[in-house]
Amino acid sequence: MNAKKIDHLATGVIYTLVISVIVILIAILGYILFNGVPDISWHFLTSAAQSFSAGGGIRDQLFNSLYLLILTIIVSLPIGLGAGIYLSEYAPNNWTTELIRTSVEVLSSLPSVVVGLFGYLLFVIKLNLGFSILSGAIALTFFNLPLLTRNIEESLRGVPDLQREAGMSLGLSSWKTTTKIVLPAALPGILTGLILSAGRIFGEAAALIYTAGQSAPTVDYTNWNIFSTTSFLNPMRPAETLAVHIWKVNTESVTPDAHLISSASSAVLIIVILIFNLGARFLGNKLYNKITASK
Amino acid sequence: MKEYNLTDSYITDITEKKALSTDNLQVYYGDNHAIFDANLNFPRYKITALIGASGCGKSTFLRCLNRMNDKVARVDGEIMYRNTDINSSKINVYEVRKHIGMVFQRPNPFAKSIKENIIFALKNAGINQKDELEERLEQSLKSAALWDEVKDNLNKSALALSGGQQQRLCIARSIAMKPDILLLDEPASALDPISTSKIEETLQTLKKDYSIIIVTHNLQQASRISDYTAFLHLGHIIEYNSTVNVFTHPKMRPTEDYVSGNFG
Ligand SMILES: Nc1ncnc2c1ncn2[C@@H]1O[C@H](COP(=O)(O)OP(=O)(O)OP(=O)(O)O)[C@@H](O)[C@H]1O
Ligand SMILES: [Mg+2]
Repeated sequence: MNAKKIDHLATGVIYTLVISVIVILIAILGYILFNGVPDISWHFLTSAAQSFSAGGGIRDQLFNSLYLLILTIIVSLPIGLGAGIYLSEYAPNNWTTELIRTSVEVLSSLPSVVVGLFGYLLFVIKLNLGFSILSGAIALTFFNLPLLTRNIEESLRGVPDLQREAGMSLGLSSWKTTTKIVLPAALPGILTGLILSAGRIFGEAAALIYTAGQSAPTVDYTNWNIFSTTSFLNPMRPAETLAVHIWKVNTESVTPDAHLISSASSAVLIIVILIFNLGARFLGNKLYNKITASK
Repeated sequence: MKEYNLTDSYITDITEKKALSTDNLQVYYGDNHAIFDANLNFPRYKITALIGASGCGKSTFLRCLNRMNDKVARVDGEIMYRNTDINSSKINVYEVRKHIGMVFQRPNPFAKSIKENIIFALKNAGINQKDELEERLEQSLKSAALWDEVKDNLNKSALALSGGQQQRLCIARSIAMKPDILLLDEPASALDPISTSKIEETLQTLKKDYSIIIVTHNLQQASRISDYTAFLHLGHIIEYNSTVNVFTHPKMRPTEDYVSGNFG
């Protein structure tokens, strides 16, 4: 065979693989959306779930998912930034650093259900936080932090050393160079990674079942006192999220319209995650273009 | 490669005022001894060129002069600047770098606007008055022969400039700090002839106010623009003399071979 034939063959194989991936993806998405979207209504999005009768909605679950997402990001972003900056800019090249890196990698491949059970034992039981948004947010932080740290470290490393040298040669300290020159240049990558991880957090169920719990108590959306037990902002209340709701409706629900609710909820979940993913691309590109002023 | 006696050298005495001098400078990358015993005096308000084959230690030597080799290499010996040894561990390196600026081989503007590229380090150095910043912005861009090309687009991203413009921006960024000494590591090697000659002109005008040390691979460039030339070989300073003498009456065999193209 000559080089040209091999090239054709290889291209053909690659195309076939790519197309099969796309077909599978479209089939799954299409199935979920096709089955779920017709049942999504304003009423569905804004009313509370019903345990026994039909016609329940997902208001609380949707809110819980978003609230948990925000709390998780508030907790994990500073830690991830600190760890990422340390690993990329300050860590010496020795075995301790390698050990930290390997640990982060191992942590990132932990199954989320293990993270959930660990969170259950440590936060819910030992530290007495109970089934709560806080326990859930901490568990999700464990789940999220390794990949986030990784992403931030890689984004920072992607900034050429020439930039650091430019900063140093102008008399900037290494901290100033890192925060004012390297970090802004890495921002598009960090932002993209952050939004993608938001998508993973939003869809996570296994880590939450035993930490944030499986019940969505009725909360008062007008009570802004986060210490009040009925406040929607109270982080100590249990909170079933959308993903957990889907799991629960499918396994133990007795409502007559369980199938409809799980289809519609899945569609909502997928749509939100799609928005995150597309948003990540869009915002990342936009920020990159803004920084480089390229079209 | 021809074998030369590396211990022989010809180092001329500088009678003019000195900008900077090195005393027994040694540089080690781990076990690799990269610069041997460098004793050089750099004259004030002159351009000194560092020439030599690839890997001979030109960049290594240059980077010592504003402490850019900290954490990269071990540098022993003294570097005297205004009667102070700036190679001492007690020295504030950030302060040193404000007096001794550096421009690198590849243009490295920040991912910020043209204006911000210039004034960012100034603000960091505590200069906050608006008119002072504006003045330095304009002055430095003019000195670097870039003002006319960018004056209407100061808020445009620096990354959208051409390579030659970016390099002139980097020069402007360095001189906006009003350093005493400007170190340049092959500033024109990635540029086309037109940008190169612009940068050479720029250096000629800057010489009035700055002492310039420039590494270059380009022998014509060295002979065109510099007043003094140091020739390095395998980490040794083999010859240091006025540029005319180095190129027309080299005193050492390796220098003669190098400038006449019979090297290696
Ligand atoms: N960061 C580094 N770590 C270890 N060794 C280095 C480092 N930088 C340079 N060296 C070594 O020091 C020696 C001198 O390198 P240097 O970069 O100073 O040469 P140069 O004269 O600038 O070469 P060129 O003209 O190719 O830029 C070389 O042997 C090189 O391998
Ligand atoms: Mg070099």
